[in-house]
Amino acid sequence: METLTYERSGGTPVARRAHVGVVASGDLELLLEPADTGLRVRVATTAGGYGETWRAVFDRFFAREPIAASIEINDFGATPAVVALRLEQALEAAR
Amino acid sequence: MAGTVGRSWTTRRDRKRRRLERLAPLVRGRTFAADDAVAVLEAAIEPGDRVVVEGDNQKQADFLTRALAQVDPARVCDVHLLCSVIARPEIVDLFERGIASKVDFSYAGPQALRLAQLVADRTVTIGAIHTYLELFARYFIDLVPDVALIAADAADADGNLYTGANTEETPTLVEATAFRDGLVIAQVNALADVLPRVDVPGSWVDLVVVGDRPYAIEPLFTRDPAQIDDVQVLMAMLAIRGVYEPHRVRRLNHGIGFDTAAIELLLPTYAASLGLRGEICTHWAVNPHPTLIPAIEDGWVETIHCFGGELGMEAYVAARPDVFATGADGSLRSNRAICQTAGLYATDLFIGSTLQLDRDANSSTATRGRIAGFGGAPNMGSDPHGRRHVTPTWWTGSLEDGIRRGRKLVVQLVETFRESGKPTFVERLDALDLARDANLAMPPVMIYGDDVTHVVTEEGVAYLDRAANVDERRAALAAIAGVTPVGMLRDPAETERLRRAGVVAFPEDLGVRRGDARRSLLAARTMKDLVTWSGGLYDPPARFRSW
Repeated sequence: METLTYERSGGTPVARRAHVGVVASGDLELLLEPADTGLRVRVATTAGGYGETWRAVFDRFFAREPIAASIEINDFGATPAVVALRLEQALEAAR
Repeated sequence: MAGTVGRSWTTRRDRKRRRLERLAPLVRGRTFAADDAVAVLEAAIEPGDRVVVEGDNQKQADFLTRALAQVDPARVCDVHLLCSVIARPEIVDLFERGIASKVDFSYAGPQALRLAQLVADRTVTIGAIHTYLELFARYFIDLVPDVALIAADAADADGNLYTGANTEETPTLVEATAFRDGLVIAQVNALADVLPRVDVPGSWVDLVVVGDRPYAIEPLFTRDPAQIDDVQVLMAMLAIRGVYEPHRVRRLNHGIGFDTAAIELLLPTYAASLGLRGEICTHWAVNPHPTLIPAIEDGWVETIHCFGGELGMEAYVAARPDVFATGADGSLRSNRAICQTAGLYATDLFIGSTLQLDRDANSSTATRGRIAGFGGAPNMGSDPHGRRHVTPTWWTGSLEDGIRRGRKLVVQLVETFRESGKPTFVERLDALDLARDANLAMPPVMIYGDDVTHVVTEEGVAYLDRAANVDERRAALAAIAGVTPVGMLRDPAETERLRRAGVVAFPEDLGVRRGDARRSLLAARTMKDLVTWSGGLYDPPARFRSW
């Protein structure tokens, strides 16, 4: 298990908390909670060694959707496509 | 004239007669006993013979192959093996035991690792890795078989063969062999007094044996809808909205995989909501995919022509003869060579997945240390320059001024990363290293980039056929390649320009909301749903039953 963190300043607060995804191989579970300012993501992943890929996915996603929130991700080998889609779904539920 | 004086023109026929004389003590009528199979093959095959073993990605002459693997290598050796798909471990045993030393084939998926090791050890040499149609073609020109080991459902006393729902390669292999005085040996599941229909005439068949068990067959095209995920639903939505709808794709082939299964299962739901019933996906060259049942039942499909059968689909297919090609006996007719030809010339679109794409959209399923090969995808996934009939979809592919030409739509549908965490978009295909390591004459590229018109990922659609030049093609591909090494090269300003020019489309450009991509959109979400859609006619193999 590897733990990664990702932070950005500023951003627009989300309205409510959201929980998407499932605990299953190739997927992830994502909990999003409102924050007053700044973005903080914490990832616990079973697949080590992909820190740069996570960072690139977050850079792209949050450049497009600058939010203030606290996000917890429990990852079980999700692909970047699954990560981006779960972020999208969480954001939709939290707005 | 002098050069031909004294030459015999019947050497092949004479040789066949000698073989049949050797075999006579082992044969009654046309049949021999399963227990004598090894002895029969030792008498039938001579060192250096070209032997075609029937085996594709579905049906296998596995009884005869197992017998061949048991012959005495002192009597039968240096065989040049011809085989579409090296699927069974017994085939690799032929190389390890020194029975066969050379192979020409099309695909070796399940045995790819062992084959690569045997090539590295110089135990076996590879003639070439072919596409299906190409390999079939060579059986008639420069790889004519001396002996064919084939499989059928049933034979009668005259050697007529019935191939049931899984005709596949059998008629092609028999024709190539029988009419060049080769020896045709058929394993059958049973003998029958009267066959439901005759698929191969008895005069083309020399010997028949009832195998120790029915021939092996793999339900390769069965995809459990439960395993389709939201990302595949998203990609399927993008393919429908970004390719099928604007090009009004009616005649098509789907590759094997969950990505295209997702498209099939979105027809009665998402595509219906777009008003596309009757406008797309009406004529197919495709196997009887169970995931097509909802679209068929919902009235989308006019005809389906099949490469092979699919286990469990027999009763459903037999009950839908307007859709599927069926014989007078009611069961499916599948002929792989004819369907490959149909897929090459009479469909307007091929869509399939791959393991790697380079920045020029060359695709490959080869990975280092595994000699996998092609199958039929390159036949479907290429623009046939021999085509001359016009359909609206094919015509829209045209880019030429002056003499107008159409173009087949060749679509690659891939996630930017595979589940292993490996990027799909790479700077350099592993196929190049494999070609060097395995001493292949050319790198095994599945589909050449210049044939690819569209690439669809979860990030969007690249319309490569609209790109003005190589730089634009590469930029379009990079724009939808996500955070892969190729995708990280994307230039935001150039991406925006290509979006405005219609060379790249993101989901929002196509009116697709990412958040809408949910499994709940699938017309069937489980195997049981497929059975229900079929009115109980579809009978999935046991391994796909969870109830």
